[in-house]
Amino acid sequence: MRGIIAYGAYIPSHRLDRKAIGDALGAGGGKGTRAVASYDEDTTTMGVEAGRIALHGQEANSPQALYFATAEPGYLDKTNATAIHAALDLEPGCFVADMLGSVRSGAGALRAALDARVPAMAVVSDIRIGLPSSADEGNGGDGAAAFLCGESDGVIAEYVGGASVSAEFLDRYRAPGEQVSQVWEERFGEFVYVPLAQKAFKDSLSAANVTLEHIDHFVVAGMHGRANKAFVGSSGVRKEAVTDDAVTVIGNSGTAQAGIMLADVLDRAQPDQLITVVFVADGVTVMHFRTTAAIASYQRATTVAAQRADGRAVSYQSYLTWRGLLNREPPRRPDPARPAAPPSFRSDQWKFGFECSRCKNCGTRHLPPARVCLKCHAVDEMERERLADVKATIATFTIDRLAFSPSPPLVAAVLDFDGGGRLPCEMTDVDPNAVAIGDRVEMTFRRLYTAQDVHNYFWKARPVRGGN
Amino acid sequence: MGSKGICDRVAIVGMGCTPFGEHWDKSVDDLLVDAANEAVKSAGIKMEDIDAFWLGTMGSGISGLTLSRPLKIDYKPVSRNENMCATGSESFRNACYAVASGAYDIAMAIGVEKLKDSGFSGLVTGEVPNDGTAAAVTAPASFSLLAPAYAHKYGVEMGELKDVMSRIAWKNHKNGALNPRAQFKKEVPIETIKNSPLIAGPLGIFDCSGVSDGSAAAIVVRAEDAHKYTDKPLYVKALSFVAGPSRGPLDPDYDYTTFEECVAVAEDAYQQCGITNPREQLAMAEVHDCFTPTELVLMEDLGFSERGEAWKDVQDGKFDLNGDLPVNPDGGLKSFGHPIGASGLRMLYEAWLQLRGEAGPRQITNGKKLALTHNLGGSPGNCVSFISIVGSELGV
Repeated sequence: MRGIIAYGAYIPSHRLDRKAIGDALGAGGGKGTRAVASYDEDTTTMGVEAGRIALHGQEANSPQALYFATAEPGYLDKTNATAIHAALDLEPGCFVADMLGSVRSGAGALRAALDARVPAMAVVSDIRIGLPSSADEGNGGDGAAAFLCGESDGVIAEYVGGASVSAEFLDRYRAPGEQVSQVWEERFGEFVYVPLAQKAFKDSLSAANVTLEHIDHFVVAGMHGRANKAFVGSSGVRKEAVTDDAVTVIGNSGTAQAGIMLADVLDRAQPDQLITVVFVADGVTVMHFRTTAAIASYQRATTVAAQRADGRAVSYQSYLTWRGLLNREPPRRPDPARPAAPPSFRSDQWKFGFECSRCKNCGTRHLPPARVCLKCHAVDEMERERLADVKATIATFTIDRLAFSPSPPLVAAVLDFDGGGRLPCEMTDVDPNAVAIGDRVEMTFRRLYTAQDVHNYFWKARPVRGGN
Repeated sequence: MGSKGICDRVAIVGMGCTPFGEHWDKSVDDLLVDAANEAVKSAGIKMEDIDAFWLGTMGSGISGLTLSRPLKIDYKPVSRNENMCATGSESFRNACYAVASGAYDIAMAIGVEKLKDSGFSGLVTGEVPNDGTAAAVTAPASFSLLAPAYAHKYGVEMGELKDVMSRIAWKNHKNGALNPRAQFKKEVPIETIKNSPLIAGPLGIFDCSGVSDGSAAAIVVRAEDAHKYTDKPLYVKALSFVAGPSRGPLDPDYDYTTFEECVAVAEDAYQQCGITNPREQLAMAEVHDCFTPTELVLMEDLGFSERGEAWKDVQDGKFDLNGDLPVNPDGGLKSFGHPIGASGLRMLYEAWLQLRGEAGPRQITNGKKLALTHNLGGSPGNCVSFISIVGSELGV
């Protein structure tokens, strides 16, 4: 039996109230909110967070392949999945590859992970940007999802089959280097997509040997909302099986949308239910999954619903600044230097893996790793220990209004980790006025800043999400 | 600590110090020429009489050529050294040892920094290529960590601690108002200080030392030769310097209410010259008030106040110009300004004026004969520190 062993979705905590767009510009916006990647998040860091949620408690199932899909990559030429691999502390022998550029690559990564002959993980992630007041700006959303696929007793959703129809036509497109996409007339896309979806759906039912009446959860994802709606209406699937596309709270997260919706369904699904996922993007791909008995005892680090409910408001001005659509006066301080490649290479277990060194002689933890023990001065008696999932307490903190930050003021805290070890570190997703000595925090993988096209990835502390 | 000291073996016989401030019209070379020539004149010697030079600067030049080129020093040893904010003091320490060793008869220690040419706010330091993982906080932010930690440990309300911090700045501005060479030569009302725009944590702009340009210099000789140059030499009683293991950012037992490096240099310096009660025995102290909470904590680290009591002593005026132990009578880093490489020697310059009775309207008249200067460089729990003690009489 092959299918999904583990999964996780990551919804960034910031929410933009769509009304704020209309209030500011006199056009655009709408009702509800959209999820917004913070200034220090990109598709790679969100992919890491989704991967961490998916791999929670999966020590026995280390992926041997990792496919990363996004339409908004941090780098071209250089693979982005390697940073995810490093931050998730995966085995060196794990194969990694990116699938970049098109929204459809989200379907590609999941398909590749399902088809792999080894335990494989698909990570899908996206940041959706539109011109101010555009429909893409209001309806877009940011987020990521990860699926560990393989063959084991632990499979919670078996892949039972599916079908694809590919087609070449112009609906949504974006030239390399452009920040926003262009869309052909909406009714043209609907005209092409609906019959494609109907054909793929029909083919998939026979391929998987299932009937549409038995579909318990019907996930239809794609950037063309009107086409999706028309297809769902014509599909014959029971209305109550149709899954909420989460656009009202999260927005449409493009490459990651189907993944986030599937994760949400898996959060709620009972054993022996049929889940159908339809990817509507440059053709249509349909996948059918049947949940197993194992899903009843599946341990989740968090759920889509919990993250959807746990939002922090972000102003439209901050949102525009974070996406580079509003250039604001920086502090009178030097721009940060780009991280240098050789030191970053030498310290990748620290910078990405967040591994400290622990003295084998006296147990003292050193962050960053040191060769000589602070306490007993033993030399080269260290072992590595990953602290990414260890919580910490704030010993003291400050709000730095002078320092460079893509979103000032910079909040920094001295963290004391449970079980020992200390690190002065930047905080994120935090109200500067609400930080206090004794607060509990957890680590999150972020992009500190970008200098000369080099993304400076490292870990920050954030208040424990969902309380202690 | 294994230091034996060189008590009474070396004397300062001449000093110079430029005004500190925004010297838009003066280069590093100009500042060095001004300070060096004032020191030489003060000692009644010629530049050619000096056998060796130690130049301290953090970032205003590299190598001894930074000094030998503007001064046109003819083929003599010039060392350039750097130890963050203790840089000027390090030049002094090394020059003293060189003279004490007998290697040279006359040495000059000189420090310089030109911070205002960068065009940036605050201090800017060159970075070694790195992996980008160190928390990129500014100096005021790293020192602001002291304030909530101190308040938390000793049960002081943050509002009250802010009053204490403001009073330290107020006192140093009051002293600086009496100093023609200070960057900020005016008193500042305590309410203005308290309500100044926030820079980092509870630190407002008035809790931060002045960013400035300047240079200061000292001429040192063996003690037995001192009276050849001046009737009123200052004898070097103690010199102590340490670099810490950077425990603060690593060890949860460090609580951000002390500088262990400063405790270590104080203990070492006091034993070198037999000081047992610094608050009683010292005429004055110039301490490293880079930010107001630093001066507060230093009062305890240097043994001027009991642990947890400094905030009360500050409020009681114990360290005012007419208090038990005047601290930063020249205005300190706060009001005199803080051109990094020059600051340690600027502190010695105030000791030079005060112990010789030449400090004018801010002259301390407590009749005591010893003065202390102190620097630290780095951040809480992660620093270097220096202390010198000088006196106007031989013997301990």
